[in-house]
Amino acid sequence: MENDLGLWAVPLAVVGGAIRVSTPILFVSLGETLTERSGRINLGLEGTLVLGAMTGYATAVLTGSPWAGVAVAALAGALFGLLHGLICSMGRVNDIAVGIAMMLLGTGLAFYFGKPYIQPAAPDLPAIPLGGWSSLPQVRSALNVNALFLIGIAAALALAWALRSTRPGLILRVVGDSTDAARAMGLNPALIRTGATALGGAFAGIGGAYLSLYYPGSWNEGISSGQGLMAVALVIFARWSPINCLWAALLFGGAGALGPALQSVGVTQGYYLFYAAPYVLTLGVLIATSSPSRALAGAPGELSITK
Amino acid sequence: MPLFQTGSTPGPRCTLSRRDLLRGTAALGGAAALSALPRPLRAQGGLTVGFLYVGPRDDFGYNQSHAIGAAAVKAMEGVTVVEEENVPETNDVQQSMESMINLDGATLLFPTSFGYFDPHILTLAPRYPDVRFEHCGGLWTEGKHPANAGSYFGYIGMGQFLNGVAAGHVTKSRKIGFVAAKPIPQVLLNINSFLLGARSVDPAITCQVIFTGEWSLAVKEAEATHALVDAGCDVITCHVDGPKVVVEVAAGRGAFVGGYHADQSSLAPRQYLTGAEWNWAKVYTDMVTATLNGQPIPNFVRGGLAEGFIKMSPLGPAVPDAGRAQFEAVKADIEKGGFSVIKGPLKDNQGNLVATEGQAFLETDPVLEGMGYLVEGVIGATS
Repeated sequence: MENDLGLWAVPLAVVGGAIRVSTPILFVSLGETLTERSGRINLGLEGTLVLGAMTGYATAVLTGSPWAGVAVAALAGALFGLLHGLICSMGRVNDIAVGIAMMLLGTGLAFYFGKPYIQPAAPDLPAIPLGGWSSLPQVRSALNVNALFLIGIAAALALAWALRSTRPGLILRVVGDSTDAARAMGLNPALIRTGATALGGAFAGIGGAYLSLYYPGSWNEGISSGQGLMAVALVIFARWSPINCLWAALLFGGAGALGPALQSVGVTQGYYLFYAAPYVLTLGVLIATSSPSRALAGAPGELSITK
Repeated sequence: MPLFQTGSTPGPRCTLSRRDLLRGTAALGGAAALSALPRPLRAQGGLTVGFLYVGPRDDFGYNQSHAIGAAAVKAMEGVTVVEEENVPETNDVQQSMESMINLDGATLLFPTSFGYFDPHILTLAPRYPDVRFEHCGGLWTEGKHPANAGSYFGYIGMGQFLNGVAAGHVTKSRKIGFVAAKPIPQVLLNINSFLLGARSVDPAITCQVIFTGEWSLAVKEAEATHALVDAGCDVITCHVDGPKVVVEVAAGRGAFVGGYHADQSSLAPRQYLTGAEWNWAKVYTDMVTATLNGQPIPNFVRGGLAEGFIKMSPLGPAVPDAGRAQFEAVKADIEKGGFSVIKGPLKDNQGNLVATEGQAFLETDPVLEGMGYLVEGVIGATS
């Protein structure tokens, strides 16, 4: 048969999968990195992701413009992050418990208000065909890149630079590493953390819009299936570095495509095992890089689960 | 995640409803009290039927097909319908069923997901002998399972055979694809039927199957569809709870699609060939009518195209005339009865003989509900 790639289909599918699947994971983990670098954990981003997917899809259905959907999803995510930030700014509030509550609230709200939007079809975000040079339809399809993926890469680079070399980045890091030092500098840690959580929420909302408006490209209640939670956990894997978030998201996206791709070339035994590959990989890396004698490298000092 | 849950132990609930009753009578009078009355009094008013779905009611798929059936029951005289969607196949479903029984007074339950049967229905049925539990797809066995539980299902494999006939006339690469959830007998029968339908047109056709491992996993289903198209499959069907993602992705890649569970033609009008649909409205209204008339429902109910348990979506514009003719002929043949999809000589894809020369399994044969193999020509493995 023409166009039969044989085993080459597997690496191609992994590359294609990395490009298609990684974007929401990337956006959520970038948002969570930002929040955690300010010294707070927002576990609610799974809820924000689902809410972003719903509001983005609904807006696209109503206005006919997918980019308006992305904007509204970012806004909804920011508002949700703001709520988390404000609640956590009150005394003796545990940010993890609030995060779990926000996760349930976000998915609940999205399911409730999203009901009328399951059936109608929304316009998709456009893809940029970067594979036009190839005569193989498989390559052309794998290299259909969404603009949000490129924006995500740019955002990862920009965040890394901003955290390292700009004044707002320095302020965020100070607040995240030592509340006392931040106060001594005349900063308001609660305000800055709330802002960082809101911005992190906006990122997660955009990730949600990608899910519903591009890939898989429809709104239903099972759209996220836990990707938001996984992305939050990836931040530890990525050691709170935006650049590492990009690699981690690509790795997870590519590993997720491995199972279906192997089955499609005839490696059919043990597909449950291949589906577990990303998690085994994560576990391996975490064990390999952890140490009993020191804290996790790169962890913000104020980050704590007992606060 | 269920939308609401209520307590499950009988003791505290009785106290609660008595207290509610007193409070209601005192404060709001008879109207409020009526809603808090315990089950036996309430049930006299008519029949309350409960439907439980594992996913959302409007998923373009399995749950939607059942919800359409529930809507037909809702339109019947003297029947109240209670529904709950997104009920996981865990203890949650037991709590939901108990709340429908105790709080809503339901005496006929349709827990529609495969995994609700064992152990959840099997736990509750002996505890509530007055309630009828009708489970979709499970293998109810006389003597082994409670008498107030029953199972119903349709021979939808015949629908996938017809999908295959349409696919056989449309495929150019002679390679068709199937996105499957889990390797359980009903899914395997669908995969085998799809390929054998296509092979009845052209014996050189092969079918690539990809298992996602879960009933509803949007991203993995999309990846599986991409992988199938990348592998050269140009007609794709599926057996997952919500085929929306598979249909949209396949159509987006330029492949043709065979629908499943419900009519998805609106999602891909030009590339939708036909689809194997459930017709639960007929099954549910029959069962509810029997209950209203005081007649028993058989514990083991099955039906196919002829009985109206399943139906086919109208043929799409991509099916050529020769395909239309063969499709209609085979459909009439199936409706006449005596049609076998699995007939010898037939080997599985490991080379073992599954049907000898002259052996043929009718759609009603219970052997087919224990299917554990993929036939020759299917590329894939059950584990």
